[in-house]
Amino acid sequence: MPVFYWTLKALLSHWRRHPVQFFSVLTGLWLATSLLTGVQALNSQARESYAKASQMIGGDPQKILVSPNGANFSQDLFVTLRRAGWPVSPALRGRVTLKEAPEQRLTVLGIEPVSLPVNTALAGQSLDTAQIVDFFTPPGTTWISPQTLAALGLHEGQQPVTDSGKVLPPLRAKTDMAPGVLLMDIGFAQQLLNQPDQISRLVLPKDFADNAPALPAELNGELVLRKSGEDNDLGRLTESFHLNLDALGFLSFVVGLFIVHAAIGLALEQRRGLLRNLRACGVSARGLMVSLVVELGVLALLGGIAGVISGYWLASALLPDVAASLRGLYGAEVAGHLNLSVWWWLSGLGVSLLGAFLAGASSLLRAARLPLLALANAQAWHETHSKWLRRQGWVAGISALIAISAALFGDSLALGFVLMASLLLSAALGLPVLLNLLLDALLGRSRSVLGQWFLADCRQQLPALSLALMALLLAMAANIGAGSMTSGFRQTFTHWLEQRLSAELYINPQNPAQAAPLQQWLSQQPLTSAVLPNWQVSLQLKGWPAELYGVIDHPHYRQHWPLLESASGDAWKQLAQEDTLMLSEQLARRLDVSVGDEVKLPAPDGPWPLRVVGIYADYGNPKGHVLVNAEHLLKHWPQLTPNRFNLRIDPRAIPQLLRVLHNKFTIDDNRIVDQIQLKAWSQQVFERTFAATAALNSLTLMVAGVALFISLLTQSQSRLAQLAPLWALGVTRQQLMLLNLAQTWLLAVLTLVLAIPLGLLLAWCLDAVINVQAFGWRLPLQVFPMQLVRLTLLAMLATLLASAWPLYRLYRTRPADLLRTFANEG
Amino acid sequence: MKVKALPLITVRLQIVALLMLGLLLSACDDKPEEEKGFAGLADDASSYAQVTPGKRFEFPDDHGPHADFRIEWWYVTANLKDADGQSFGVQWTLFRNALPRAKGLQGDGAGWSNRNLWMGHAAVTSQDEHFAAERYARGGVQQAGVTLAPFAAWIDDWSFTSQSASDDPLADIQLQASGPQFNYRLRLKATKPLVLQGKQGFSQKSEQGQASYYYSQPFFQADGSIEIDGKTYQVSGPAWLDREWSSQPLTDNQTGWDWFSLHLGDGAEVMLYRMRQKDGEPYLTGTWINADGSTEQLAAADIALAPEDTTDVEGRDMPTRWSVKIPSKAVDIAVEALNPQAWMNLQIPYWEGPVTISGSHEGVGYLEMTGY
Repeated sequence: MPVFYWTLKALLSHWRRHPVQFFSVLTGLWLATSLLTGVQALNSQARESYAKASQMIGGDPQKILVSPNGANFSQDLFVTLRRAGWPVSPALRGRVTLKEAPEQRLTVLGIEPVSLPVNTALAGQSLDTAQIVDFFTPPGTTWISPQTLAALGLHEGQQPVTDSGKVLPPLRAKTDMAPGVLLMDIGFAQQLLNQPDQISRLVLPKDFADNAPALPAELNGELVLRKSGEDNDLGRLTESFHLNLDALGFLSFVVGLFIVHAAIGLALEQRRGLLRNLRACGVSARGLMVSLVVELGVLALLGGIAGVISGYWLASALLPDVAASLRGLYGAEVAGHLNLSVWWWLSGLGVSLLGAFLAGASSLLRAARLPLLALANAQAWHETHSKWLRRQGWVAGISALIAISAALFGDSLALGFVLMASLLLSAALGLPVLLNLLLDALLGRSRSVLGQWFLADCRQQLPALSLALMALLLAMAANIGAGSMTSGFRQTFTHWLEQRLSAELYINPQNPAQAAPLQQWLSQQPLTSAVLPNWQVSLQLKGWPAELYGVIDHPHYRQHWPLLESASGDAWKQLAQEDTLMLSEQLARRLDVSVGDEVKLPAPDGPWPLRVVGIYADYGNPKGHVLVNAEHLLKHWPQLTPNRFNLRIDPRAIPQLLRVLHNKFTIDDNRIVDQIQLKAWSQQVFERTFAATAALNSLTLMVAGVALFISLLTQSQSRLAQLAPLWALGVTRQQLMLLNLAQTWLLAVLTLVLAIPLGLLLAWCLDAVINVQAFGWRLPLQVFPMQLVRLTLLAMLATLLASAWPLYRLYRTRPADLLRTFANEG
Repeated sequence: MKVKALPLITVRLQIVALLMLGLLLSACDDKPEEEKGFAGLADDASSYAQVTPGKRFEFPDDHGPHADFRIEWWYVTANLKDADGQSFGVQWTLFRNALPRAKGLQGDGAGWSNRNLWMGHAAVTSQDEHFAAERYARGGVQQAGVTLAPFAAWIDDWSFTSQSASDDPLADIQLQASGPQFNYRLRLKATKPLVLQGKQGFSQKSEQGQASYYYSQPFFQADGSIEIDGKTYQVSGPAWLDREWSSQPLTDNQTGWDWFSLHLGDGAEVMLYRMRQKDGEPYLTGTWINADGSTEQLAAADIALAPEDTTDVEGRDMPTRWSVKIPSKAVDIAVEALNPQAWMNLQIPYWEGPVTISGSHEGVGYLEMTGY
């Protein structure tokens, strides 16, 4: 035990003399752990929210009956089914905005607790009778998650008011409520949403639905049984979003481990003499290894603790943006407050330990093999470097081969990530090889002595700096790739939005009965050039949620509905006259169909085969989108009424039209949307979606900067031996400093130059592989030169900042220190 | 009589939606005398109408719901036999419970704000099987209710619906219910008049004055089919309808009751019940119904009622064989459960099942026991 104690103490004394190395190891572990755990916290928070949403009633995702187009329907159908012996329970869903918090839309879920099967849990809690009676007896109760309650700045017992002036039942916080949902009795919900006697779904007990009974004949076509609830789809729809976050977190983890690897390697190199002395003093190889492992473990624990704490902080900081993205893109509500289990904290520490041993494994291995009596030879490592380089070159080549085959044969998101990972790995490992070759080539051409020294010394520094340069390369490439993808997407999306959102006004009738008179009235209005009714049916195609739209034959679509691919001849004419359909790009990919293929839609009267005549872009829509001619649609769904009217109207006539519309028909404001509103909303969703990505991206660049800084700092000490002879030959310290800066910059610039093509390749991967696999749409690759310049300058600035402190130290080195290096040589 | 829902609350705190009122109104228990003084004050919207002697029953109006009273039921039992002589019992019950009115509100409230809660119980019993089911519904949306013209009482797909073309809606009734392992459809016909229980329909439940309005149709003849576990039986036999409504819960002192409806072989019918008290003698009363429908009230002194044998039912000691003596009518009979395990394992559990009569008279009937 004393041996172990003194060994450990001797080993640890190194860190006291080299605090910078100590902090580099900690920083590496800290960065690696914090980004990965932060991203994981975000994902687990989101997934927990989805689970809560789908388990709010009865604990399990429910089987439900809905109208074919998802519209509300009469409560009479509930009574009809109950009186036919169906144990259904009604629910009404809608959205409200509170006067107290006008910026947040909340989901109102009205349920009927008495007709739910006995002992059904609501938000994880079985209600006793007193609670059930309380729930629906005026003034009733509004259940809300504590997080949402806090986010709204409201407190329990309060009765907030909706923007249309309706008063909510008193609020009550319930832990297991899904975020953003107000749960109340259906009676209050109907009043609040201005939907008297309307319901939006009927919940079926699982065991009853599993027997798949046939609907009473009179209801056939009016209701459809949905195999899985909408909430249940959230997990699938958002899968790729979370996978992207995971990938970013993992990238940062790898970059962080690079730092750890570099710092630990250096520490070992510098402690060779110490290790040899300890062995010579009688410490067994095994005892030494145990001490080193314990040392690494303690470091990992410290870094891990710092990492999970800042990971938590990072996740809390990003959560609002992520939640906004998920809400905008998928309509998914995610609690705005982190709620993490002990397991998360422990797994964060585990990740840090694992990372530390991964990064330190090679160093430990080398320490174990340390020959007892070998002379301390600081150059030994450098001499074997060329062998290392060759080996690294091989791995880089193999990675490149994997990348190429993944690009050629990959057809899944996982393989897409394999492609990206192997591409990045091959580039990172290939970087020192390439730089070495480049410097060799330059060296051959250099005539001046100082120039030759400059390049040769540059090459000498390469092994120590290569890991930091790799980090810089990866961070820069990731930034170029993601930046180019985001900007390209923005441009494509905006252009597409301009074209697609061409109608000036979108009106959703309040109820089916209103559709016909509304259509007639709208088409009689002056300055209205077209009324385009839409019929809508919600379907599942190969298990994927999709919306089927019936449209009329109108020239408007030819002008404003761009097609990516279309059948030969007039596709729109074929859509109007034949059993044909058009579908969104992502749905076409999901179903694996192209123009000319046949798609069978599940109509109430059996499968309906249709030929694909067009494929169009539908960016940002997680659900599938299908267009068919309305007349054909109504043959299969005869009870449908239009659920939306797109209006082409002179913008000046809109205020007048809205005034008269409000007087003549009762339509809630949120059922009338104008183009400007819709565009602004779509843009906002877009911006929020990439806010989190952009933030994480800048963080990776920061990590790379830190890596570079630490590498430069750790090697500045050992550089003195190389610089002292030059100083002795008459080069001033200022010149030395500038030379050093130029060397660092040369390496950085070369790295950045290589990062540009790599970044563009990465952008291509994101546009043409990851996007296609994750979201179903392909984006054209666009290069933004100004963005490249800006990023390069930013990276150069990072390099300058990273090298500033080590250079300053060099500049302030006393001549005595420089002289001492000669003394040591003696 | 079957005031079943009420005392259970105080007895074992087995709370179900319907019974909430028991708790909400528990204050009334303490001051029954004062309550009487305020009985029927319609201007106090939160209170219920009170049961007082001297009510004149009006038919068919009184078949319908009495919205001002707190609790009410339509209760049918039938003793049936198939062609092979196998005996069955069938129960069908619809309870209406009115929650207290919100302050300042009149009437029952429309749509989902209706203050009535409905509960249905149904069961079939054979010698060795017993299945029970329950249903719950809120008033105001037609999921459950009772209408007068045409007369119908229903909850979900369970119904008690008049098929009568005459003035008397109860002359011809279609009765149906189903559960996971059973269903039945019966046609109920009655030619004899209704019977008012207690004092002209005023039925007292305790010495303190707790009471209900109570009438019966004990002369139904039922015909139809029962399906148990996939097997169908064609059956017929006597059936009994009880109608009762009240606003007063029973006293804390009362722990449960034993209630009998008996079809004696000679055409006479007997209804009797005893309310068990924590301290002291049970409150015992009944009605003798002659074959022509004329009645005589039976006082405690006229009846000798005693458990003779018990059975272990769901861990409870239930008296499933009774001795009933009514000396003035020369009745000395043993009343024994057809199936001693006729336990209604529902949100409010109790024992209810068909009985057979032997001794001075032969016959069949129904027994209900609560609070064990």
